[in-house]
Amino acid sequence: MILEALSYGFMQKALIAGIAVGLICSFMGTFLVLRRYSLFGDGIAHVAFGGISVGLFLGVFPLWTAFIVSIFGGLGLQKLRQSTKISGDSAVAVVLVSGLAVGVILVSSSGGFSVDLFSFLFGSILLISQEDTIMILALSAGIIATLTIMQKQFLHLTFNEEQAKLAGMRTTLLNYAFVVLASITVVTSMRLVGILLISALIVIPNITAMQFGKGFKKTVFISMSISVISVVSGILLSYSLNVAPSGTIVVIAVGILIGTLLLKSTGILGKIDIKNPSKLTHNS
Amino acid sequence: MSVTNVLDVKDLTVNYDNLPAVDNISFDVKQGDCLGIIGPNGAGKTTLFRAILGLQPYSGNIKLFGYEDSKYDSIVPLIGYVPQKVTFEPNFPATVYDVVSMGLISDKRIVQGVKLIQQCDCCWNRIYQSIEKNDDKITQALHTVGLESLRNRRIGELSGGELQRVFIAKALVKDPLLLILDEPVASVDVESQTKFYNVIKTINEQNNITVIWSSHDLDAISKYANRVACMNKKIFFHGEKEKFFSDKELLKMYTESSMQMHMHDHEH
Repeated sequence: MILEALSYGFMQKALIAGIAVGLICSFMGTFLVLRRYSLFGDGIAHVAFGGISVGLFLGVFPLWTAFIVSIFGGLGLQKLRQSTKISGDSAVAVVLVSGLAVGVILVSSSGGFSVDLFSFLFGSILLISQEDTIMILALSAGIIATLTIMQKQFLHLTFNEEQAKLAGMRTTLLNYAFVVLASITVVTSMRLVGILLISALIVIPNITAMQFGKGFKKTVFISMSISVISVVSGILLSYSLNVAPSGTIVVIAVGILIGTLLLKSTGILGKIDIKNPSKLTHNS
Repeated sequence: MSVTNVLDVKDLTVNYDNLPAVDNISFDVKQGDCLGIIGPNGAGKTTLFRAILGLQPYSGNIKLFGYEDSKYDSIVPLIGYVPQKVTFEPNFPATVYDVVSMGLISDKRIVQGVKLIQQCDCCWNRIYQSIEKNDDKITQALHTVGLESLRNRRIGELSGGELQRVFIAKALVKDPLLLILDEPVASVDVESQTKFYNVIKTINEQNNITVIWSSHDLDAISKYANRVACMNKKIFFHGEKEKFFSDKELLKMYTESSMQMHMHDHEH
C-alpha cells in the first residue's frame, strides 16, 4: 500500500513539500513557543485568510497577497506590542480578528466561499502543483538558512531581550526580522494543514520535544524529527484511510505528545539518551 | 600618560513619577577597583546600574571609559552585567554551555569598542588576545566559576547559586573590561556565597577586571571590596573601605537608614 502510494506523483510532491513544511514549522516554532507566541501562527494565518480573500477578490494569485498582508500583519502585531504595551496574546487576538473580518467581508461581497478558499482553510497538500512544491522548497531552504545563521541572536533575544540588547544586538530590528520570518513560515505552511490547524505544527512538536529536557540544539532536532514523522505518517495514513491529511497529521502529532507525556510520567523518558547535535556556532 | 576612569558619574538623578530613585549622586571608579555599593532595598542601586548601562533615562552625566551615551553601542557590549534576577521559562531548552555562549560577542564588536577606549589612553592590550576559539573561552569562563562539570546540564535543573555562577560565566566569556553585579548573592545559600565571593576576588585581582557590585552584606563588602559607596538614593560615602568601616558615625547612619527602609517596607 505504501509503495503504491509512493508511486503517485501527487503523493511524492505532497511528501516532499510536507517534510519541508514540517521542518520550518518546528524550527521556527521553537522560538515562537519559547517567546510565548504560541498563537502567533494562528493570528498570522487568519491575517493570511484576509490576504487570500483580497487575492481572490482582485483575481490575482492569492498566495502572493497572503504573503504581503501577513508580513504587514506580523509587523503590525509587533508594533502593537511594543508601542502600546498590549500583551502578546491580546495583540495576537486583535490582529487575528482583524484579518478574519476583512476576509469575511471580501468573501461575502464576492459571492461566498470558493473551493480555493476551502483548500486554504483546511489544507490541500495532495493537490499542490509542481510549481507550488518548488516554491515551498525554495522558501523553506531560505527560512532554515536564515534561522541557522541567526540562531544565536534569536536564542539570546528569546532568552532575555534586555541581555541581548546589552550584548550589542539591535533588538528592535531583530524583533521585526523575527516576525517577518515567522509570517513567511506560516503562509508557506498553510497548504499543508490549512489556516485552521497551522498552530498545531508550530506548537505541538515543540511542546513534545521540550518534555525531553535537553539543550537547545537537541530540542530543535527532536522537534523536527517529531514534525517530519507526523507529516509523513499523516499523509500516508490519510491516503490509506481516505481521510483529510491535515487532520490526520495533527492527530498523530497530538498522539506523540500524549505518548511522550505518559512516558515522562512513568520516568522512562529521563533514561532516553539522544546523541549528538553539535554545539552552537557563535558567529554574531 | 593620563589614565581615564572606568566610570565617572556626575550629578546623576533618576526619577520615577517625579520622585527621585537616585538623587543627584556623583562618584568614580578607577581601573582595577572592586567597588562595593551598599544600601537598603529601594536605595536605587539597580536603577543606578541600569542608568550606567543605558537602560534607564536620567539627568546628569555618566561617562564610561571617558565616553558618554553616544558611544555606548560600542562600549556597553564590553561590560559584563549580572542582574539581580534573570527570569526565564523553567523549561527553557538551554544547557549551561548554551547560556554561557550567549555572552560571546563578535571580534568585530570587541575591536570597535577597544579601539575607542584605546584612544582615551586606557591600557587594555589584553583584550587583543580575544581572538581565541570560542569554545576555549567558554571552557575558561566555566573553569573560573567552577562549573565545568555542569556544562551540559539544562539551566532549569540548577540551584540558585549555580545559576548565579552561570550568569557570571556568561558575563566573563566576553573578557569584560568592567563587571557589574547587582546583589549577586541575594538568592544564594551561605556556602555558595563564599564560593561566589572567592570567584569575584579572583576575577578582580588575577584577571584585573574592574568590578562594581551591590550588596546588603557589610561583612562581605569589608572582606572583598577595596572601595565602598554607601547610598540611599543619595550617596552618603564614597572612598576607601577602611575609612568607611572605621567611621562609627557612617556605620550608624547606614544601619539607621536600612532600618527606616525596612520599617517602611513593612508598613506598605
